[in-house]
Amino acid sequence: MITKKPKTRAGSGLLARRRTVLAAAVTGGSGYLLSLFVPGLPLIKATNAQDIATGTIFKPNAFIRITTQNSITLIMRHAEMGQGIYTGISMLLAEELEVGLDQISIEAAPVDPAYIDAVAGEEETGGSSSTRDSWIPLREAGASARMMLIAAAAQKWGVPVSECAAKRGQVFHEATGRVLTYGALVEDAGRQSVPTKVTLKSAENFTVIGTNPRRLDTKAKTNGSAQFGIDVQIPGMKIGRIMACPVKGGRLTGYDRAAGMAVSGVVEILTLHDAIAVIGDHMWAAIKGLEASAPQWDFGPNAKTSTVDIIARMKRASEKPGVTAVSTGNTEQSLKNSHIRIDSTYELPFLAHAALEPINTTLHIRPDGADVWVGTQVPGRARQEVADATGLKPESIAVHNHLIGGGFGRRLDSNSIGQAARFAKQVAYPVKLIWTREEDITQDQFRPYYYDKISAGLDKEGLISAWHHRTTGSAVTARWYPEGMQKGLDPDAVEGAAVTPYAIPNQLVEFVRDEPDAVTTLWWRGVGPTHNVFVVESMIDDLAHQSGQDPLAFRKKLAKQQPRALKVLDEVAKQAEWSRKRPEGHGLGVALHYSFQTWAATVLEAAVSKNGEITLVRVDSAIDCGPIVFPDGVVAQVQGGLIFGLTMALYNEITLKNGQVEQTNFHNYRMMRLPEAPDIRVHLVPDPEAEIGGIGEVGTVAAAPALANALFAAKGKRLKRIPFAKQFGTEKV
Amino acid sequence: MDFELKINGVTHSVDVQPDMPLLWILRDILGLTGTKYGCGVAQCGACTVHMDGNPVRSCLLTVTDAAGHDITTIEAIEHTEIGSKVQQAWLDEEVIQCGYCQSGQIMAATALLQKIAHPTDEEIDNAMAGNICRCGTYVRIRKAIHRASSHDN
Amino acid sequence: MWPHYLKSFAVFCIFSALCSSYADAQDGTLPASTEETIKRGEYLFRAADCAGCHTAPNSSELTGGRPFTLPFGTIFASNITPDKQTGIGQYTDTEWLKMLREGVGKGGKHLYPVMPYTAYTLLNDKDALAIKSYLFTLTPRKIEAPENKLSFPFNQRWSLVFWNWLNNENKRFVPAADKSAEWNRGAYLTEALGHCSQCHTPRTITYGLSKKAYAGTVQMGWYAYNLTSDRQHGLAGWSDAQLKSYLSTGYAKRKGPASGPMAEAVEHGLRFMTPEDIGAIITYLRSIPPQASGPIAQVMPAPPSQVDTEEHARGQKLFAQACSGCHLMDGQGRQSDWATLAGAHSVSDPEAHNLIQVLLSGSSLMTEHGKVSMPSFTRAYTPDELAAVSNYVIAHFGGKLTDVSSAEFKK
Ligand code: FES
Ligand code: FES
Repeated sequence: MITKKPKTRAGSGLLARRRTVLAAAVTGGSGYLLSLFVPGLPLIKATNAQDIATGTIFKPNAFIRITTQNSITLIMRHAEMGQGIYTGISMLLAEELEVGLDQISIEAAPVDPAYIDAVAGEEETGGSSSTRDSWIPLREAGASARMMLIAAAAQKWGVPVSECAAKRGQVFHEATGRVLTYGALVEDAGRQSVPTKVTLKSAENFTVIGTNPRRLDTKAKTNGSAQFGIDVQIPGMKIGRIMACPVKGGRLTGYDRAAGMAVSGVVEILTLHDAIAVIGDHMWAAIKGLEASAPQWDFGPNAKTSTVDIIARMKRASEKPGVTAVSTGNTEQSLKNSHIRIDSTYELPFLAHAALEPINTTLHIRPDGADVWVGTQVPGRARQEVADATGLKPESIAVHNHLIGGGFGRRLDSNSIGQAARFAKQVAYPVKLIWTREEDITQDQFRPYYYDKISAGLDKEGLISAWHHRTTGSAVTARWYPEGMQKGLDPDAVEGAAVTPYAIPNQLVEFVRDEPDAVTTLWWRGVGPTHNVFVVESMIDDLAHQSGQDPLAFRKKLAKQQPRALKVLDEVAKQAEWSRKRPEGHGLGVALHYSFQTWAATVLEAAVSKNGEITLVRVDSAIDCGPIVFPDGVVAQVQGGLIFGLTMALYNEITLKNGQVEQTNFHNYRMMRLPEAPDIRVHLVPDPEAEIGGIGEVGTVAAAPALANALFAAKGKRLKRIPFAKQFGTEKV
Repeated sequence: MDFELKINGVTHSVDVQPDMPLLWILRDILGLTGTKYGCGVAQCGACTVHMDGNPVRSCLLTVTDAAGHDITTIEAIEHTEIGSKVQQAWLDEEVIQCGYCQSGQIMAATALLQKIAHPTDEEIDNAMAGNICRCGTYVRIRKAIHRASSHDN
Repeated sequence: MWPHYLKSFAVFCIFSALCSSYADAQDGTLPASTEETIKRGEYLFRAADCAGCHTAPNSSELTGGRPFTLPFGTIFASNITPDKQTGIGQYTDTEWLKMLREGVGKGGKHLYPVMPYTAYTLLNDKDALAIKSYLFTLTPRKIEAPENKLSFPFNQRWSLVFWNWLNNENKRFVPAADKSAEWNRGAYLTEALGHCSQCHTPRTITYGLSKKAYAGTVQMGWYAYNLTSDRQHGLAGWSDAQLKSYLSTGYAKRKGPASGPMAEAVEHGLRFMTPEDIGAIITYLRSIPPQASGPIAQVMPAPPSQVDTEEHARGQKLFAQACSGCHLMDGQGRQSDWATLAGAHSVSDPEAHNLIQVLLSGSSLMTEHGKVSMPSFTRAYTPDELAAVSNYVIAHFGGKLTDVSSAEFKK
């Protein structure tokens, strides 16, 4: 559920290259840009002609397999990490294939170019792209398979195709009452040619899309039978705990091998230059063994780095102009002439992903090949990592993708899989390598720290006349897919800032790249928009208050060229009763944004008690994500996304001291808990004619700005730094 | 050392160190991987199992303390009357996202409803506050507990 | 300035225990380092809880470095491995005895009285040297302890001469003839080895022990509770079984767990002691005259009526989230005795000393069921929240009205 731009990747040899596109479509002179559009890849093709020929299995394309026993399997190219994609994708396929969701089974896709996500540009689950990229191609995949099955039946019966129809896995000839199951048609269907042109059902005829079926992955999650990566059990497998040098760039200098090996159940201690793994019969042996082996480290060049230094340097870097992302009109002059002017600095902390399932990889590395059992958002990269670590050919490595206990961007990275492979290749048996929670937090790759300077001016009419936003931070794109960089600009770092819903005549948006020491940065749920929308929407709110305008009306005035923006704002205003009287200490905050091709307007009610305690009372979110496949799935994602974002806004920051991360577990990297969760109401106002939007990250993006604005409304305090909770409180001494 | 563990009605004999937490015995020795590791320090609740009907954190429950008691894990909760109701309510409300925390959530909710058939919001808050859901399914967990508690007559 | 009741010690009496030895001659032949001596030295080393102070932070080695923050500055424990430069490797037996008794280290350096030489002075030669023999069997580690940071005049070691004169009487333990052997053993273990008075007896203005022996006092932020025979404030309300369990496991039913420095004393020392020695300590403690001071602990008393309800509700909510996972809402402790709050002194102290300390820096204790520990909660919770949870805990589990301020957590 993590976004990035479409991209090309060098070196992996996996994919066809495609140019990164940040297509700009100026609408109505407002300067509004549509963020991205990439046409789908031709995915409909037979992947294995031989299977089709043998006749025991019908494999019309990479996503569907039907056997003579009438078992229908859908192959999932996207990873299920809670976002409900197994259900959503199955709905697309089932709609056109004419099968019921109760008739199918699901299998995770192997690594194969057939499973490339065209929006993401590789085999990847991220960028809230899964549904967007599957909307057309997977329905086509279902439809073409259905056409082949119908053609096979028509041929068998000697009737015209037009007299036959399919429903619930069977082909009917209504006139004669004849029926054949898909299983019975496997052999004949395999002999049909793949249609070159398919017509998709129109929306009125949908029977699956737009409904709320039961999710396909959840039953197994109620009884413990669901298999996450960490649950893998392979005969002969051992279990290991990994610990890497607590400071990035340091190395292992020694450890007490005798003491480690003496722990009951420990079978081996393995090392890399910067990490150690203790392997045991079970995790407890590995945990105790690692403690006993007391690794010693040379902390290396970052041994003195602290967050304070990182921020100080960023601040200095932000004094100078950066790479221009957008420049229209004359910002400097208009700022000078503005009627009301605000200059602000916003800061967003480093963040850990803290998915509940800690990082783990199970591998069996043999001289001639390897098996890897892991939950990953990027199976192709995972395979390449193992190939690089072992020298094995990628084709000899099988990646078995698993359910993921929370992704949030963490499993878009595969370095941990490479690390595990470098350990696993030292032993002959299969080994499951687990990071403890402490390792998972301290060795995470963090959402970058951002230091944003922003100035804006209003004219006499209370409209924005000038806008200068300079963001300083790490370029995740530069490490993760260097080709995505645009002449020094990381498009992610300005996503949500370069393009806003508002009419801004004189706009300058810049990016200053400043890479922190001792930290590796990575995508984090909501990516660019989670950062920039907080800054932009806080600033918009500030402008409204300082010019005495109602924040919601102000947004409508500025976004009047955007009908979908007005629609979600009106809906949320109605649902949240924007103008209602609120008790003392309560405030409503609004945030509007367009991210991942989805429009969202959110109103949050927060209360601050006299002793500084923040209570989240209620959230209303109006969502227009274009056509909707799985409405309840959309609601769930917005609810969960909001809680994820609110957790961050209230509590989260990763800090470093002497190169080491100070947060280690949930007692010091705090999670929102059930009693704190607000009532969240999601109001769907879809636009079936619009482009389909992503949803996994939308709620997260809205959270911090809606909360900051609500807290301002409640207490008159403008919060420009995340996290918020520690900025409230009494000074009772 | 040898310990006798009674898990889901079956007695297992394990030869392990006396300080080994039940969590790793369940997962790594007995292959019952429905019980999850999330934090190892009683902060997240992912490892919740029942010991004599009470919800406990198996990541900190040593084999010494677990031996001789009745342990129930997520794998067997459907065989309890309340447990199966809770599971059904979880499905009916579509609570689950990634699902990693949900074994623990279901065990905690079942223990609550076994003690208090119709919990108030505050009782739900107190009983469920120890279970973290990173995916943020709290809104639905609340609803599902109310739903499960209203099913029983 | 020893407590008056010690002054009545007269003639010794003899009894046998695993490692008893005060009956031996006070001078004369020094014991050879036989295996038995070393073993006994190890036992005594534990009984004296040397590791409690001299273990390096984040390590199990006795290389010192642990800071002690006192009213007059910070003192660091020294390296007591037998390293010749940074440790005790150069000490002769005579120097060793002088150090333990007079607080005068090698080369005439005066020790700061954090080192309980005012207690160790009571050790007889044989025991004192057995400890040395044991320490000399350890692997030497060359690690220099950090420099002490003291304010003037306390950074002048020679000023300790004056202190010693005021506070330290250089004398060996002399058993009381009118007391049982068990009592005498207990006195020796408590006073000489356990140096319990060092924490549990209030200090005078010159940092010596006051006359209110074992009345309980605050040390480095932690409250060392009243050990006298007072029914309400002290130990008279504890059964022998409760005391025995507390001393040897760090937990007693309806009394809660030991935390902080007491947990360390149990972890490093008391839990290794024989049941006979624990019994002797109890016998001795029972004889300490009552002093009415310090908090009174009860099991789940009625809550005070005047609580700030909003603050209380906030505290309760936070307790449910951050604490009840281990302690349970009713304070009975989830699955572990050491997580019991009801009846504990820490939740009954209206000034919340130990509660604040545990929240600030955590606590841990090794038990025979493995390590039990509580982390520090300062990083993710605000001072206001920690104050609210403290006030709730003491009202709810201790029945007392407190006004713990957020400032306590901003230090
Ligand atoms: S794993 Fe046991 S509470 Fe988190
Ligand atoms: S459903 Fe993912 S952590 Fe709860």
